Amino acid sequence: MQHLLSAGDLSLEEAVLILDTAAELAAVTDRSVKKLPTLRGRTVVNLFFEDSTRTRISFELAAKRLSADVINFAAKGSSVSKGESLKDTALTLEAMGADAVVIRHGASGAPHRLATSGWIGAPVINAGDGTHEHPTQALLDAYTLRRHLRGGAGDLAGVRVAIVGDILHSRVARSNVLLLQTLGADVTLVAPPTLMPFGVESWPCRISYDIDEVLPDVDAVMMLRVQAERMQAAYFPSALEYSRRYGLDVARMAALPSDAIVLHPGPMNRGMEISADVADSPRSVMVEQVANGVSVRMAVLYLLLGGMKEESA
Amino acid sequence: MDSHARVVLDDADIGRAIRRIAHEIVEKARGTDDLVLLGIPTRGVALAERIAVALESIEGATVPVGSLDITLYRDDLRLRPARPLEETSIPAEGIDGRVVVLVDDVLYSGRTVRAALDALNDLGRPAAVRLAVLVDRGHRELPIRPDYVGKNLPTSVDEMVRVEVTEVDGVDRVAIWEGE
Repeated sequence: MQHLLSAGDLSLEEAVLILDTAAELAAVTDRSVKKLPTLRGRTVVNLFFEDSTRTRISFELAAKRLSADVINFAAKGSSVSKGESLKDTALTLEAMGADAVVIRHGASGAPHRLATSGWIGAPVINAGDGTHEHPTQALLDAYTLRRHLRGGAGDLAGVRVAIVGDILHSRVARSNVLLLQTLGADVTLVAPPTLMPFGVESWPCRISYDIDEVLPDVDAVMMLRVQAERMQAAYFPSALEYSRRYGLDVARMAALPSDAIVLHPGPMNRGMEISADVADSPRSVMVEQVANGVSVRMAVLYLLLGGMKEESA
Repeated sequence: MDSHARVVLDDADIGRAIRRIAHEIVEKARGTDDLVLLGIPTRGVALAERIAVALESIEGATVPVGSLDITLYRDDLRLRPARPLEETSIPAEGIDGRVVVLVDDVLYSGRTVRAALDALNDLGRPAAVRLAVLVDRGHRELPIRPDYVGKNLPTSVDEMVRVEVTEVDGVDRVAIWEGE
């Protein structure tokens, strides 16, 4: 593993290794000294071309817990807003000696371009690119599922997961489908036909347009945010109709098996895809997902940076 | 096992060494109060558990046992690809104010123990830290010495020492052989 660009690049062994490593690193959070010396003297650059609070903070905290130095580079107010290209930004970071680059970009494929262009030699971690992928989100979701449904060990063979909502614009959904399928889980995507991506039939998962048909037979349901900022067309008649047909409220939650859990990648639109009662119920694991995100990102940083630099293939 | 290997300790020898180490720990600590055994994975953990059993048979008291993975504190991380982590589990009693006995299978350069001391520093403040090893093969690279030794085994740097324990390897044995 030289970069982390797509959840689909991970083999079953690599995915389980990341989850196992995260499980060990999670213990650091409970200690009085929440820091490990492992990446002392390394520099991690957070290169965020798109707004993000939780992902950037999560990566920053993960890097700092491993004693790496962190530079936050936000596009707003930087030379990027003056017209600098991705290439020139990358060359600048390379010249400054970045040891890893965490990139979020509005354009699908930007992390791949950065990793394969030869502009920089450092490992590249995709922190979300356009509507393409968000692999560390999928890893933290898998970690959370594994902890609750598989006792925190092994893979996710046979775990049934429904992913509900704006699949079309969701990099979280795509990364989750790829990773959960690698881990052996059984994924069903639920959305109105207008919010299903083109070619979704070829994805390794099931598809449904009816949430009520799916809920009684899943171990976990992942609600996605309706991404109003990415919607340039009318994908559903009204917010109220979407909420009625695809939102998770208390009545729908009651249809879930008694030990099923509810996930949401955040930020939530309470009252839209998820009702406040559901969001605050003990079956919702959103707060834990945030904590797990730090552990999983520590694991990725450690596995990419903690050893000898791999020869580029 | 390699045909050039020479078995230096068999299962009976290892059993005797562990009982002697347990007696020495009790003698030095004047009992088992406040003791915590921390094994360094993988084989140090199995040895720590056996020392705890021996301590219980001597003093009749249960001594907490944990494991301390030192991978994240190593000084040679950049010389090899990233290693998988082993389990760290600190007993619920914690280590603050207690006498921690670190347990490892082989003491060689001393760098593992250096890393373990750094790791302990982040976990709490023990009253004292002692070191128990099954085999001391010499060739220290740091000013570290063991408090309890199962067997001193003079070796050359070209030789390899391998400790096997039933819990991990299915057999109790310490062997030494010429490396290439």
